Amino acid sequence: MACIEARGLRKAFGATVALDGVNLRVEEGRILGLIGPNGAGKTTALNAILGLTPYQGELKVLERDPWSERDQLMRDVCFIADVAVLPRWARVSHLLDYVAGVHPRFDRAKAEGFLAKTTIRRGSRVRELSKGMVTQLHLALVMAIDARLLVLDEPTLGLDILYRKQFYDSLLNDYFDRNRTIVVATHQVEEIEHVLTDVMFIDRGRIVFDRSMEEVESRYLEVMVRPEQAAAARALKPMHQRQAIGGSVLLFDGVDRQQLAALGDVRTPGIADLFVAVMGNQPGQAQGAAQ
Amino acid sequence: MNTQTNAIPESPRVSQVTAPAAIPATRRMYWSVQRELWESRSIYIAPLAVAALTLVGHLIATIGRAMSVTNLPQRGAILEEHYSFAEFAIMGTTFVVAVFYCLDALHGERRDRSILFWKSLPVSDLTTVLSKAAIPLVVLPLLTFAITVLTQLIMLLMSAAVLLGSGLSAATLWTQLSLPQAWLMLLYHLVTVHALWYAPIFGWLLLVSAWARRAPVLWAAVPLFAIALVEKIAFNTTHFAAMLGNRMGGGAEAVMAPGSSPMDPMTHLTPGHFLSSAGLWIGLAMAAVFLAAAVRLRRYQGPI
Repeated sequence: MACIEARGLRKAFGATVALDGVNLRVEEGRILGLIGPNGAGKTTALNAILGLTPYQGELKVLERDPWSERDQLMRDVCFIADVAVLPRWARVSHLLDYVAGVHPRFDRAKAEGFLAKTTIRRGSRVRELSKGMVTQLHLALVMAIDARLLVLDEPTLGLDILYRKQFYDSLLNDYFDRNRTIVVATHQVEEIEHVLTDVMFIDRGRIVFDRSMEEVESRYLEVMVRPEQAAAARALKPMHQRQAIGGSVLLFDGVDRQQLAALGDVRTPGIADLFVAVMGNQPGQAQGAAQ
Repeated sequence: MNTQTNAIPESPRVSQVTAPAAIPATRRMYWSVQRELWESRSIYIAPLAVAALTLVGHLIATIGRAMSVTNLPQRGAILEEHYSFAEFAIMGTTFVVAVFYCLDALHGERRDRSILFWKSLPVSDLTTVLSKAAIPLVVLPLLTFAITVLTQLIMLLMSAAVLLGSGLSAATLWTQLSLPQAWLMLLYHLVTVHALWYAPIFGWLLLVSAWARRAPVLWAAVPLFAIALVEKIAFNTTHFAAMLGNRMGGGAEAVMAPGSSPMDPMTHLTPGHFLSSAGLWIGLAMAAVFLAAAVRLRRYQGPI
């Protein structure tokens, strides 16, 4: 069963088209990274999925229509839409009481357990906590909810590296299992690529790349080409080329590994490099393309 | 529900489907109102502070002014003043608190972005808006009543203690004050005027707070002035202003039967007259429209 299924999803703000016919399908049990430049439509797409914004086109999340059934959907879906959206006046104990009071799938003991591993005190108000602690608190609340879909939109923006690392570690170790689906939108590609099972690139309101990580690993290869091999390498039609110390790095789609090994060191490209390559090949965005 | 026939041995999905998925609507409402009390502590702190000040004033008056008057009826009259004063002071305070609460209720959560957190929980916009409307319409009137009754009882005990043995007993005061009757009047006034008659005012303020991107106070007042002004210039009439005045003034003729004697407070209790006044029902209908619009707006609104 698909966790999220969208067909022809469109959303415009006046003359600005934020989503331009998005088709996507996210299966259950996946961890999807939604990656795109600023203003590409990531947040709009997530807001539509979460029932925070109306849209045109077809969209089903866990077989529900998010816009008309947001409150029922939220029994099975959790989200951290941004850092620091917890109400600043609230005490930690207020938040625990409130979520326990309204959420049928919230396990208070579990949340208390997560909080016990932090330095957050029950009586503190959110405004007294550091940004990193607010994120820890929000994550503790969210992970104690037995949800089927968790949506994270830039959940670690502005946090220091320790908190960022800890965030994804606890998400993977203490939360994720085969029955849950996680969708993460972020700029900070490097720190999430090892946790993803799928990756999607979004650009100007369209999905321009949609692969599982296995596909990425089997299809895309990056070769550090020695200068004397440059012509031979170019004949194999790399999708992208960039300069590095000691030669150029060429990125190939679906070229045989043996063949490439003759040209230089072969490795799987990082998502960031793949992103630059794919975006550079988008029409109208030639400035990022190979030079 | 679980009609899938593929034989996946894992069972968690089943447990999730059959997990207690329902929390009664009343419980969600209870916690939502509780949340408002956590956030806006002025709801109870302001009337309690006014009550405390009234008590301090009363104590000083009892010890100082009333003791120096030897004439017993006069002494009683001095002490009696404070009871209705306490009532008006607490009522006025809670009304002001209600106005400012409503103006901020649906604006504050967008300003501090916490709306994104509230919307991540399975609570509908309807429940949220109704829980916020319940503060001025239910919580504050009841709180006003409770605090006033408590304050007046403490005042009575204070007087009794201070005046002990001076010939003016608490029992005499109690009879003179006829507090139970006054309390009944107060409760009637709070329910009819503060909850029902003012409902469209609070509904309007909540709507503005859901709509305005900034300065909800201005947006609440300016359109009303504008309508009154245009009416005055275009038709040289003041119907709209008069209607507003009547609404703010508590709709005296709707709440109290015309010609009822002010000497006998019990004749003010004319629920039949009140319930049959058109103004009440028009007001309640407007309140319902304003609240429905606020619910709809909240659905579309995000952080500002």
